[in-house]
Amino acid sequence: MDILNALVALLNFVVIPAAAYGAQLALGALGVTLIYGILRFSNFAHGDTMALGTAFVILVTWGLQALGVSLGPLPTALLALPVGIALTSLVVLGTDRGIYRFYRRKKSEPIILVMASVGVMFIMNGVTRLVIGVDEIRFDDGARFLFSVQQFKAWSGLTEGLSLRVSQALTLVITALACWALFRFLARSKAGKAMRAYADNEDLALLSGIEPERVVRLTWIIATALAVTAGTLYGLDKSFKAFNYFQILLPIFAASIVGGLGNPLGAVAGGFIVAFSEVAVTYPWKKVAGYLGYQSDGLLQLLSTEYKFAVSFVILIVVLLFRPTGLFRGKSY
Amino acid sequence: MKKLLLASVAGMVLAGTAGAEEIKLGISVGLTGPLESIAPGIQKGAELAMKQVGESGKLLGGATIAPVVADSTCVDAAAAVAAVERLVTADKVKGIVGGMCSGETIASLEKVGVPNGVVMISPSATSPALSTIDDKGFFFRTSPSDARQGEVMADSVLEKGIKSVAVTYTNNDYGKGLADSFATAYKAKGGTVTMVAAHDDGKADYSAEVAALAAAGGDALVVAGYADQGGSGVIQGALDTGAFETFVLPDGMVNEKLAEKFGTQLDTSFGQNPSAEGEGHDKFVALAKEAGFDGTSAYSGESYDAAALIMLAMEAAKTSDPKVWKDKVMDVANAPGEKIYPGDLPKALELLAAGKDIDYVGATAVELLEPGESAGVYRMVDFKGGKLNVVGYR
Repeated sequence: MDILNALVALLNFVVIPAAAYGAQLALGALGVTLIYGILRFSNFAHGDTMALGTAFVILVTWGLQALGVSLGPLPTALLALPVGIALTSLVVLGTDRGIYRFYRRKKSEPIILVMASVGVMFIMNGVTRLVIGVDEIRFDDGARFLFSVQQFKAWSGLTEGLSLRVSQALTLVITALACWALFRFLARSKAGKAMRAYADNEDLALLSGIEPERVVRLTWIIATALAVTAGTLYGLDKSFKAFNYFQILLPIFAASIVGGLGNPLGAVAGGFIVAFSEVAVTYPWKKVAGYLGYQSDGLLQLLSTEYKFAVSFVILIVVLLFRPTGLFRGKSY
Repeated sequence: MKKLLLASVAGMVLAGTAGAEEIKLGISVGLTGPLESIAPGIQKGAELAMKQVGESGKLLGGATIAPVVADSTCVDAAAAVAAVERLVTADKVKGIVGGMCSGETIASLEKVGVPNGVVMISPSATSPALSTIDDKGFFFRTSPSDARQGEVMADSVLEKGIKSVAVTYTNNDYGKGLADSFATAYKAKGGTVTMVAAHDDGKADYSAEVAALAAAGGDALVVAGYADQGGSGVIQGALDTGAFETFVLPDGMVNEKLAEKFGTQLDTSFGQNPSAEGEGHDKFVALAKEAGFDGTSAYSGESYDAAALIMLAMEAAKTSDPKVWKDKVMDVANAPGEKIYPGDLPKALELLAAGKDIDYVGATAVELLEPGESAGVYRMVDFKGGKLNVVGYR
C-alpha cells in the first residue's frame, strides 16, 4: 500500500505534469527545429507565433461559443484550431514574403535572418496585444478532469490522490498524433522527401527539380501548424497570457538544442528532457521516502525550485560540451 | 534668414515660459512586463489628478501640467533606470509618480532620483527595504510597507487556527520582502513554516513549485505573488493536484479576477490588501468612472494620491523645484488642516495659496508616517461562494 502511495504521489506531482509540459515544449521545439533544419536559421518569432495563433483560436472559439457550438466534454477550441492555423499561416507566409525572402535571395548569413526574426518577434508581440490584449484569458470549456483527486481517493482508498485533467490527456494524445503524422509525412510523402532533400543540400535539390519556394512555404505552414497547436494546448492547460508565450521561447530553444537543432526526433526528446529535469531535480523526496519507510526531518530536496531553470541550462551546456550538435546529432550552420 | 527664424523661434519659446509655467510630471509604470494588466489603472489615476489641477489653473498662478509617461517594465531594473533617466534629463520633470514594483523603484531611486534631486512618490512599491533606504528625503509612498502586512497576515492566519503553512513568493523584492516579514511574524507568534519556496513570474509551468510545496505539506499555502501571474499558476496547480485547499492571499493576489477564475474552489481561502474605505474612496471611484476607467483597480487610488501630493506640495512650497517642495509633502498629507478629498484639489490649492493648512485624505485615506510611507489600513477579505467578500478592516 505504501509503495502504491509513493507511486501515486510521484505520478500526480511529477510524471503527469512534466509529461504534459514536455509535450507542449516538444511541439514548439519541433517547429523551431524544422525552420532551423530547412530554412537554416533560429526563428526567435516562434513563441510569438504561438501567441498570435492562440489569440486567433480564442477569437474563433468565442465566435463558436456565441453560436452555441460545443464539443461536449472536449474544449471548443479544438474546432477553432484549424481556422487559427490557417489565419496564422497567412500572417507567417506574409512575413516570409515581406522579410525573410529578401535575405534568402541575397544568401545572407544565418545570423542576419536570426536578427530579422527578432524584429518580427517584436512586431508580432505588439500585434498580439492589439488583437487580444494583455490580460489573462481562459478559454477552456467542457469537462476539466478525466478524474479528480477526490474521485481517485474514493475509488482507490489510498491516502495520496491522483488527478488527470482533460487538457493534459489531450496534450499527450495530440502531441503523439502530430509527431506520428509529421514523421510519416517527412519519411514517406513526396513533399516530405523534397523538404529533407532541400535541408540536406539546397543546390542538389534545385538540380533535381525541387522548387525551393514551395518547400519554404510548406515548411512555414507545418511549423506554424505545430506552433499554434502547441500554443493552444498550452493555453488550454494553463491559461492564455501573451507575456508567457514570450517566456516559453527559452525552454523551447533549450529543448531543440539539447535534442539537436534540425533533428525532429531530437526536438521531441529534448522537450521531455527539459520538462522532466525542471520538475524532478527540484522535487523534495521527503513524502515519497516516508512512504518507502525512510522518515526524514529534512525535505530531501536536491536543489531548491529557484534553480529549476539552471538545471535545464546545465544539461544544455553539458550536452553541448560533449556532443556539440545535440543528443540526436542535429545540424550546425 | 535661417538665423532670423531661429531667433524668432527662440524668442517665442522665451515668451512662452515667461507667462505661466509648464510643469512636466513623470509617471513611471510597468506598461509592459509582468504587471502590464494593472499599470493602466495606475497611469490613469495619476493622470486624472494632473488633469484636474491643470484645468483648474490654480497651481503656482496658472501653471499647466504635462504628464510624461515612461515604461519601467516592472522587472528590468536597467530599463527602469534608463526610462527614469530620460524623464529627468530629457523631459526635465519636476516630480515622478512611480516606480511601480519594488526592485525597479529602488534602482531608479538610487541611480537617478536621489543623485538628480527629483522626488519619486510610488503608489505601489511595498517592499520593507524601501523604509530603510537612504533616500535623502526624495522618496515617499502612498502604500504601506509589507513589514506591517506580514504582521496582519500572521495574525489572521493564526486566528483561523492554522498552525502550519507553506509559503511561496514571487521571486522579486516585493515577494521576498513580504514572505520574510510574514514568516518572521508567524514563527514569532507560534506558527510553523514548512517551506518557503520562490516562484518566478511569467514562466511556462509551475509543476515543480507545486510538487515541492505539496511534499513539504502544511494546512494552508501562503501565496505572496501576483494574481495574473505565477501566483495564480501555483494556485491552479495546487488545486488540480489536490495539494492545498486553503490559500492565504496578500495584496498582490486579492482581486476580482482571482475570484472569477477559481470560483468556489477558493471557498476556504482568505487574505487582505491595503485599501481605504469611506468617503474618499467612493468619491475617487465615481470620478474614475466619469473619466472612463475602473477606480477600484489595484493601486489606482494610491496613484491619484501620489500625483496629488506632488502638486499640493509644490503649491505649499510656492515652487516646482523638487529640492524645495520635498519638505512640504508630509505637511500637506497629514493633519492639521482642512480635509481634502478626491476632486477637491482646486479648493486645496486655493487654501494653500491663502496660506492655510490642509490635510490631504484623498482616495486612500493618506496618512504618512516617517520615513514617508502610508500607515495603511488593510481590508480583510474571503472568497466564500466564489466571490470576493470584504469581512473587515484592520
